[in-house]
Amino acid sequence: MDNDKVLQKLSILADAAKYDVSCASSGSTRKNTTNGIGNGVYGGICHSFTDDGRCISLFKILMTNNCIYDCAYCINRRRNDRPRATFTPQEIVDLTIGFYRRNYIEGLFLSSGVIRNPDFTMERMVLVAKKLRTEENYNGYIHLKAIPGASQELIHEAGLWADRLSVNIEIPTEINLKRLAPEKNYKGILSPMVQIRNEILVSKEERKKYRKAPKFSPAGQSTQLIVGATPETDRQIILLSSGLYQSQNLKRVYYSAYLPVNHYDQRLPALNRPPLVRENRLYQSDWLVRFYAFRAEEILSEDQPFLDLDVDPKLGYALRNMHHFPVDINRADYEMILRVPGIGVQSAQKIVLARRHRRLNSDHLKKIGVVMKRAKYFITTNELPASTTDWEPQRLKHKLVAESVSKNKKLMDTQISLFTDYKPVLPPLY
Amino acid sequence: MIIYTYDGTFEGFLTCIFDCYSRKDFPVDIQSRIGEQRYLFAEKFDIPTNSVKAERVWKGVQKKLSGNNNQLVYYAFLSEESGIEMKIYRFLRRLFSEQFNIETDYGDSDVLELTQASQRVKKEAMRMMQFIRFQHTKDGLYFCGIEPRYDVIPMIYGHFQRRFADQKWLLYDLKRTYGVLYGKDKVEEVEISNRQFNRLNGQAKENILEEGEEFYQKLWKSYFRHITIQERKNLRLQRQHMPRRFWKYLPEKQASA
Repeated sequence: MDNDKVLQKLSILADAAKYDVSCASSGSTRKNTTNGIGNGVYGGICHSFTDDGRCISLFKILMTNNCIYDCAYCINRRRNDRPRATFTPQEIVDLTIGFYRRNYIEGLFLSSGVIRNPDFTMERMVLVAKKLRTEENYNGYIHLKAIPGASQELIHEAGLWADRLSVNIEIPTEINLKRLAPEKNYKGILSPMVQIRNEILVSKEERKKYRKAPKFSPAGQSTQLIVGATPETDRQIILLSSGLYQSQNLKRVYYSAYLPVNHYDQRLPALNRPPLVRENRLYQSDWLVRFYAFRAEEILSEDQPFLDLDVDPKLGYALRNMHHFPVDINRADYEMILRVPGIGVQSAQKIVLARRHRRLNSDHLKKIGVVMKRAKYFITTNELPASTTDWEPQRLKHKLVAESVSKNKKLMDTQISLFTDYKPVLPPLY
Repeated sequence: MIIYTYDGTFEGFLTCIFDCYSRKDFPVDIQSRIGEQRYLFAEKFDIPTNSVKAERVWKGVQKKLSGNNNQLVYYAFLSEESGIEMKIYRFLRRLFSEQFNIETDYGDSDVLELTQASQRVKKEAMRMMQFIRFQHTKDGLYFCGIEPRYDVIPMIYGHFQRRFADQKWLLYDLKRTYGVLYGKDKVEEVEISNRQFNRLNGQAKENILEEGEEFYQKLWKSYFRHITIQERKNLRLQRQHMPRRFWKYLPEKQASA
């Protein structure tokens, strides 16, 4: 390896890859062989954290940042004049193994700009994964992006080598995708997603019958949505992602706040800050749907299509539904306890287990880890009378917002002034 | 006031438990002979460590605790917190005497505190798996020196044994001065007499590092710098996930050469 050239390529291609926020190394139970290297840890391991607070668990790079497409929101678009570089498959393999042996990473995350055509690009990416598995006896994590438009055979081969595959939807509605990236379409994005979903299901069924049947993308599938580049409402985004979780069996949907790039392009909104608070609220709603058994309609309705930026969605739900509260900690069922603001999954499970032994009071709850400052308005315990009856929702909301030490208070979110007044000209798609 | 003292090891502690039961005694405190002595006027019973007795107690504990929680007592002990011995003793008395499974009785402060101490130890072990960084030395050995808050190296060497099955590596605990060496299927505990590494941050001296090592560290630092999105800079969040005490072991947090 020519050291200086590799160093330079790495700096260009890591910089180009940072906008793909997916970083998980979880879901793999792959075991090592006696003379191999690497294994999977089911929960995933974060080996480092960037200055922006995100976890680094994989070696995340683009194979090349040359691209034939000209998507408005992408920094690597064809017409941008910036340094371009390409890794050879062997260079990627060497770097991955070198970092892995020193325990810097859990595995490789390989994406790419599209050169020549989707098949040509996909073939080279699959070659990297194949080399790692067969030549280096590597059993660590591999996350490959599936290029929309690549052939079914290549997607199939990719799933045999990789632990996770993903295709980024980026723009939540097709109409806006066509506006910002006219060379792409939803069909090209959705058909590899459907193929991956089907092959995962088939592989799981076969492995129930024959242990030696090949694994296909055992850690599942994920995708990414850009938040704030286009005028979709939060409700549209949440409905889309819960639909994806149900019908496409996705493991994760990632939300990436739109970072203003390509300022010359008139199709993009002129923001001076990325909508980080909005992104945070969307992740909180995503968690509610996945872990707290909320339905998308309970978080947002048609007359309130945007998430409240001041309060988290769970508290918002509680304030809108005060008639469900107070909840008696010692008697209510698990699902209702989960809905109390200030009680998370761990605390709720502990409560349900502990109350079989004795009546719980607020002292116990505090030690277990419940945020009593919030929860006290919504629960009754052994000795605490309910304090909800005299609170009117708006007043309670103001009190809680004023009391909480909000990490986001300093960030001035400019996103909302642009799109809450937005009245769609075209009929909504949902 | 009766105090039992033991030699500081887990086996010694379990021997104390055995003796408490066999003498039908309930001591005021169980204290390690190493470390600070808290009592001036108490009557002290020195309990010599007896592995047969310890084994019997351990078997009894294993029978009573549920499957994936069977290391609860051991992990809580590793936390080395002051007073943890009496909490474990009271927990074990309840465990052996009651019919109902008391592991989930989080209303009892002993149970809750043992669970929390055990979780702290497990979290420290996880942090070790995250932040251990190997350095490739001239004789093909991958070395790492690190100082965990609790004695968790016995909990994690299995992970590295499975993962790096084809390379020779050595994990060294700087505070407790012992290490685990793995080479070709064999794992053994070692002590290092000729120290060729910095005692404070575990970095091996430059003359024994392999040539490519410095380049890989440079590559990693460059990767780390470029993968950051500057517009989203949030150093507080970074410190929350990656406490400052680990920074001296991480190449990316060293001042760039």
